[in-house]
Amino acid sequence: MATGTATAARTAAPRRRLGWAPYALLAPSLVYLAVFFAMPMVNAFGLAFQGDAGGYSLEPIRRMLDDERFTQALTTTLLLVVVVVPIQFVVAMGMALVVNARLKGTDLWLYIFALPLGVSELAAGIVWFSIFTEQGWLNSLLTQVGVLERPFIFLDYQRPALLLLTIVAAEAWRATSIIMIILVAGLQGIPRDYLEAADVFGATAWQRVRHVILPLLRPSIRVALILRTILAFQAFATVIALAGSAAYVLAGEAYRWYWDIRDPRVAAAYASLILLLSVASTVLFLVLLPTHEEQLT
Amino acid sequence: MTAMAGAGTAARRRRRARALTYLAAVLLSLFVLVPIYFITVTAFTPREVSYDFPKPFIPGTVSAETVRFFADSTGVLAALWRSVVVAAMTLVLSTLLGAPAGYALARFAFRGKAAFRLLILSTRAFPIVILSIPLAVTFITWGISDTTYAVALMHTGLALPFTVLITSSIFVSVPKDLEEAARTLGCTPLGAFVKVVLPLALPGLAAAAIFTFVLSWNEVFAAVILTLRQRTLPALVLAALNTSPLPFRFAAAWFMLAPSLVVIFVIRRYLLGLWGRVAR
Repeated sequence: MATGTATAARTAAPRRRLGWAPYALLAPSLVYLAVFFAMPMVNAFGLAFQGDAGGYSLEPIRRMLDDERFTQALTTTLLLVVVVVPIQFVVAMGMALVVNARLKGTDLWLYIFALPLGVSELAAGIVWFSIFTEQGWLNSLLTQVGVLERPFIFLDYQRPALLLLTIVAAEAWRATSIIMIILVAGLQGIPRDYLEAADVFGATAWQRVRHVILPLLRPSIRVALILRTILAFQAFATVIALAGSAAYVLAGEAYRWYWDIRDPRVAAAYASLILLLSVASTVLFLVLLPTHEEQLT
Repeated sequence: MTAMAGAGTAARRRRRARALTYLAAVLLSLFVLVPIYFITVTAFTPREVSYDFPKPFIPGTVSAETVRFFADSTGVLAALWRSVVVAAMTLVLSTLLGAPAGYALARFAFRGKAAFRLLILSTRAFPIVILSIPLAVTFITWGISDTTYAVALMHTGLALPFTVLITSSIFVSVPKDLEEAARTLGCTPLGAFVKVVLPLALPGLAAAAIFTFVLSWNEVFAAVILTLRQRTLPALVLAALNTSPLPFRFAAAWFMLAPSLVVIFVIRRYLLGLWGRVAR
């Protein structure tokens, strides 16, 4: 900010003339987001409330609610979010603490834990399908060790709870790294003196996490939870890869209504519902985990 | 446990904690690596092994047959190419649109800056992928439905907020003094940017661009909604998933996974910067 007076005199004139510059630089992304983000969002609700002859109607919403799959799709999605987010948080926290413990080869551990960051939903779903399928790796292991005599059917539509757990495993494997990265970045912002002070006073590892790390990490935790929850509400390809048509989720139903039934309005109704749930969950996290400098970060 | 515990106990406790941390590191790494090992083994053993039971944990024969079977399947190579094209278009578009905004956020103080930042940050509260349904309807009226452009436009919308935030944090990390020095030495603003800022920001920008590429490469929901004949690789695989033979699926998973592993390796030094700073 504080440049010498000579330089200030030289640069003051061009700077004033460049007052429009930041706006010119922002304009392209603003326009783009208006067309490809704000507009479709408005259109999603427009479509969801559009009647057969055009005009306003509750017909698409009614069709969504009346659909025999609706309740299961909604409960499965909510259950998935409620189960997978806490599990992932704990695993990611473990990974982040390991990285932050400065073991030998910190970079290597970080790289390994971050690997799934680049793995797509679909690839992760198929990878875990190869593990859980009847002739898959898990059954191979369990029969060879002697725990099972013959393969157990994990991916069975008659056992929805187990099916959900296999999806949870795939989702946890795929998307824990993003939480881990955010937490590690947050941990690096915690002055090491604080942790050493806790050590000096004889705090156990758990006390350190509970009373020093977690409170200081709250902003990062909040961002990580918000990001992950929104991703979980959109769970789609992992579900199709693992469960096929044996389990329904909201995004999968949106896809089905768009291509199989060819009613984009009901698909848009599902999209709007996912949108509302995501915004609601964000607000919930913001309220439940307030930070000192209350900015939306 | 008191603070007065002897030095010996403290040292022993620290050693034990250290050993436990190593154990946790190994276990967590196995959780990440073992599934990758499994899919790689499945992809590089002969096709019949996909149906074998129990599966051999150490492969007997290594063969490219399964991978070749996948690559030779109808439409796969074309879809692979489209995926590359879409990801490249997304990378170029989102960098061209987003990097200037990132630079403005990093360097200028202006009215509405906080509001713009908040706007970009708040896009995170929305499941952007879901917006592909209304967009698909719009694209039909624009006459570009079922094209690679449509997918690239959608993916750019998906990547743009991240590009803005990431590039802004990269430009912040380039010392302002250097740029101002160039200005006092007679550079125009653009000249200072091109000659001083850009070279210093380039590695970070490249890492961000590569990450955008992966984002698009991996994206499946928007791709499968927006296309029917012009499908990208993930969209093609997803649409055929429950009717395709096991070797096809496993090889497909490996094909989609392998580039991302390389990419994460290439940008590993920037991962914390990219994601960590976005989280602030």
